[in-house]
Amino acid sequence: MSIPFYVAPEQLVRDKAEFARKGIARGRSILAIEYDRGVLLIAENPSSALHKISEMYDRIAFAGVGKYNEFETLRKAGIRQADLMGYLYSRSDVTAQGIATAFSQTLGSIFSHEMKPYEVEVLICEVGADGEPNRLFKVSYDGTLFDERRFCAIGGKAEALADAVREGFRDDMDLPAAIRLAVQAFRAAEEREPEGWEAAVLDLSNGRRAFRRLGESEITAAIEGGD
Amino acid sequence: MPLPLDAPLPGSSFTELLTGLGQAPTWDVPPGAERMLQAPEGTTVLALRYAGGVVMAGDRQATEGTTVAHRRIQKVFPADRYSAVAIAGTAGLAIEMVRLFQVELEHYEKIEGIRLSLEGKANFLARLVRGQLPMVFQGLIVVPLFAGYDEHEERGRLYTFDIVGGRYEERDYGSTGSGSRLAKSYLRTAFRPDLDPSAALRVALGALVAAADEDVATGGPDLRRGILPSVYAVDADGVREVPEDLVREAAEAALEEVR
Repeated sequence: MSIPFYVAPEQLVRDKAEFARKGIARGRSILAIEYDRGVLLIAENPSSALHKISEMYDRIAFAGVGKYNEFETLRKAGIRQADLMGYLYSRSDVTAQGIATAFSQTLGSIFSHEMKPYEVEVLICEVGADGEPNRLFKVSYDGTLFDERRFCAIGGKAEALADAVREGFRDDMDLPAAIRLAVQAFRAAEEREPEGWEAAVLDLSNGRRAFRRLGESEITAAIEGGD
Repeated sequence: MPLPLDAPLPGSSFTELLTGLGQAPTWDVPPGAERMLQAPEGTTVLALRYAGGVVMAGDRQATEGTTVAHRRIQKVFPADRYSAVAIAGTAGLAIEMVRLFQVELEHYEKIEGIRLSLEGKANFLARLVRGQLPMVFQGLIVVPLFAGYDEHEERGRLYTFDIVGGRYEERDYGSTGSGSRLAKSYLRTAFRPDLDPSAALRVALGALVAAADEDVATGGPDLRRGILPSVYAVDADGVREVPEDLVREAAEAALEEVR
């Protein structure tokens, strides 16, 4: 019988975290910004077929960065969880907080128990109904849960993006202003011209299902509208 | 509760997920059980095509034997953005079926990023009806009516079903429930191809009033209590409930006709 090498738990966690962070840093970042009527989610995405942003429930959206198959697994699991809760109980019992907590537990347990941690960061956003505040939750690769206000960024350039948004953020921005702010932030953080956008909004004026994808023309019009 | 990372195949079906988790609605009928259950039943619903879409209408009454169980029950529902479903038969089972159907369509759309085709939706509904077969032997029958706008063919289409899950596409109009024979005979004479939406609404209300006139289980428009049929229209812009004032106007005209 061979004796397994002893690896200090600190070392193991550090190595796993470094591995996950490297994977995430390779992916393109995503930004969520509150505007006067809801929440904007926007990402640089050259592909028009593979989405990083998606609808999760009536007023809840999901965005993920990192390894595509991993955040896609999480996205589907989140939709299953939300639809199950809504079907077994009531649609109003599905909240971003409940889903974000489930993501946090799942990612946390994968990080500690599996050989390879998930190389992902995910964002769960909810637009508040009846004057409730919007919710922006970020869950990192090890299951750490962050509750953010006003705006939130995930991915390799998250900090640079957040810094750029912080300077220009106003509380009563309309959607085109929020798009312009996001685009400027991406340009500043990436220090180059982004190749294609993917964007969606959570807006109560869309009816029960608040999620709506923005077309390329809508994004371009907003960007040009400010010049 | 940890996330359901693994799903039974096919992974995009909500109903399969429920079954996998043991949460699907199931019926365990004790052997030799006598047919003694009596539950509220929904009565007449109908749908007809018009130029560019389809209109679906249903009365609001549920009956239990010879008594009125509910006066304001809803029997026509939006199924997703481009379709609507109406139910007749045992109300409790039927409403649960619609709820599952609605979640299934939205679940598939969110997971796959694309809506099911109209025929795909109709086939799935047929499967749900077939799943009720054990209850049919208890005399608890659910027969839906399904209509929607076909985004590929750009026209309204409608489907009727039978108790064993048979699915039939109807060309012009369809109806199910206790007053359906009367409604269909009205529709047979009043239907014209390429009706405009407001004419289609008048025909739909006329058929409901004709059914309520002779079928006592069907509740016609009750202007005194302010109970109006529920009417949904589906066209290229999606599904929407027809506003109450338009329904009231058409109902008044239809009642005037039979006076």
